[in-house]
Amino acid sequence: MNMHHFKLHDFAGGIHPPQHKSQSTQAPISQAEIPARLILAIAQHIGAPAKPVVKPGDKVLKGQIIAEGDDFISCNLHAPTSGTVASIETREVPHQSGMDDTCIEIISDGQERWVDHQGLDDYLQADAQTLIARITQAGIAGMGGAGFPTHVKASIPASKIDTLIVNAAECEPYISSDDMLMRECATEIIKGIEILQRILRPQQCYIGIEDNKPQAAAALQQALKENRDDTHNIHLVVIPTKYPSGGEKQLIQILTGKEVPVAGIPADIGMVCQNVASVHAIYEAVALGIPLIQRITTVTGDAVGRPQNYRVLLGTPVSELLRQAQAQTDKIKRLIMGGPMMGFTLASPHIAITKTSNCIIAASAQTLPDPAMEQACIRCGMCSEACPAQLLPQQLYWFAKSSNLEQAQAHNIADCIECGACSYVCPSNIPLVQYYRFAKGEIKQAQRDKQGSEQAKLRFDTRNARLAREVAEKDAKRKARAAAAAKKQAAKKAAPAPATNLSKGEPAPVAAKAEPAPLKKEALKQKVLAAQTRVDKARERLAMAQQQQLETAGALELGLNKQIDKLTLAQKNLEEANR
Amino acid sequence: MSIIVISVLALVALAILFGAILGFAAVRFKVEGNPIVDQLDALLPQTQCGQCSYPGCRPYAQAISEGNEKINKCPPGGESTIAAIADLLGVEPEPLDAEHGEEKDVTLVAVIREDECIGCTKCIQACPVDAILGAAKQMHTVIAQECTGCDLCVEPCPVDCIDMVPTERTLQSWHWPKPSALPLIATDA
Repeated sequence: MNMHHFKLHDFAGGIHPPQHKSQSTQAPISQAEIPARLILAIAQHIGAPAKPVVKPGDKVLKGQIIAEGDDFISCNLHAPTSGTVASIETREVPHQSGMDDTCIEIISDGQERWVDHQGLDDYLQADAQTLIARITQAGIAGMGGAGFPTHVKASIPASKIDTLIVNAAECEPYISSDDMLMRECATEIIKGIEILQRILRPQQCYIGIEDNKPQAAAALQQALKENRDDTHNIHLVVIPTKYPSGGEKQLIQILTGKEVPVAGIPADIGMVCQNVASVHAIYEAVALGIPLIQRITTVTGDAVGRPQNYRVLLGTPVSELLRQAQAQTDKIKRLIMGGPMMGFTLASPHIAITKTSNCIIAASAQTLPDPAMEQACIRCGMCSEACPAQLLPQQLYWFAKSSNLEQAQAHNIADCIECGACSYVCPSNIPLVQYYRFAKGEIKQAQRDKQGSEQAKLRFDTRNARLAREVAEKDAKRKARAAAAAKKQAAKKAAPAPATNLSKGEPAPVAAKAEPAPLKKEALKQKVLAAQTRVDKARERLAMAQQQQLETAGALELGLNKQIDKLTLAQKNLEEANR
Repeated sequence: MSIIVISVLALVALAILFGAILGFAAVRFKVEGNPIVDQLDALLPQTQCGQCSYPGCRPYAQAISEGNEKINKCPPGGESTIAAIADLLGVEPEPLDAEHGEEKDVTLVAVIREDECIGCTKCIQACPVDAILGAAKQMHTVIAQECTGCDLCVEPCPVDCIDMVPTERTLQSWHWPKPSALPLIATDA
């Protein structure tokens, strides 16, 4: 609760780009209209895409699950409004690649009929399992832009966590969705933090907010004061405005002075970081039973007539939002989802809002011109000064450019957070971050290929082993057969006149002489037993036939008699042999 | 005189001692198999396609390690594999031997046109990684995840119902391309 006496740390590098935030914070958050058609990508989060559980033609209610998380690292997807599933097909999705992916299209009926849902009244008494189950059910993914499933972070064992950090820095220019959310829903955010504290049991909790959002900070401060019990040890920390202070690792460094280890995650140093909008979604999911079906999205840029924040249903096409914000479509040169630093250009305005769409920038050619011509690196070293991860951007640039992945890895390219500060300061306009993204992708691909080839090798070896075993088995069988044949041959030679009528059941005296007595007895015993079984079976069949009064009963009786004869004969033979 | 005798004796004793240590070490730390073969094998792409004219990647690695085979006969591995092998062996990299095939930009996967399959099991026998599932007179299918794209199953198929198609790029497997190359002078663009 103490804003004072808090020792702030700093991270290396960083930049101060123009803010452009005030345009979209003049008006309060307004409710966007329900669009006629909603388009919901099944992959709105990091991890396995959700699996659709509805089919075209199905009627869905608001809040009903339409696609289920397919893995632990995956998220449920809910219908943002009631209506009918129109289609499940591939469409353009908001992704850097501009590729198509499976989307569920819902035609809304405009009635907003809710599915049965209920919040937990006494959520601060509930156990962690129940709370995590609620978060999982609600399909919450990191709403700051990365989209990492929130329930996965909440499932980190509480014993490992000593600090909970709520990321309210919102450091990228133009974006103001978290700012407006904090101004208007501060109480809910504090309650969401209490839920997370209940789950993770951290010793302390920090809310990190940049000093360019004084109204939001004041609202949070007020909410903290009003909160009925003050025991929760939540500190609101106002940090200097600097990009990228909202990076998870950078924010941790600012607040605690600790650094996340190379290739590690915050949990390795006992921290867990949650975006402020995700925390709000956690409150709604747990206390009200509302899944993640809407979010706050900033619509801004100089081509927009009324830049402001909208509470918008997931799946709303960007074109709808632009229309409501009175954008001049002919003036739009570039349409960006996310911020100007880490966002990406949308190929078409028909792409829909997802769980991670915090901002739409419709910019004219003046504000966001095409990137300038890339020129040769002059080795000025400004990129190294700007890098918040303290990497060597220049070296990494050469390695990435020459596809020297080994060296790039040795220079910790994996720790690059792709903030784009290096590209921003580069006087030669080299799109440095693009080179690192390329190299990181290539490294990941190489790792996947390696795994694949190891798997293939394993299967190849297993197959060879199997083939060798089969050959060996065949060989052994053939040898056994040959040995048996040889033995028979030897027996034949030893017995000049082989037994030919043995099968008829009459023991041939010659054969009896040729075979050793115990063996013969054994064979006869077997025969008696077999005959006995046959008789028993025939009796059974006859009994059944008689019971059901079948015509075959007569024939079966005849058969039984024959079997009995054979049995007697066999018994006689055995007795003879025994004598 | 005695100094000479003593020194000779001392040297002989040392020789015996070190000889014993070396002899023990040779037995105790004996390396099974040829480690260079394992290293070479690890660099090869393990498609087991046989385009190098050896029955699998390991036999080719074996041949390279014995020094009687060139390192440029692996089309699936391509230039990067050749470079890696050259680096490991300390030899000059050579361009890929076109006789054995060309390096492909895309990875392929075998797909059986299932309604045309007659269930002859010939492709199953040809697949080096057991990636084809089926039984005699039953339809066969390729386990796409396990297929290495070696195309050894295409040729034995009597009804030509196997196609090699490029693997689908998903959002999960996509990554950023390399930024386009720097023009030499600004006016080139």
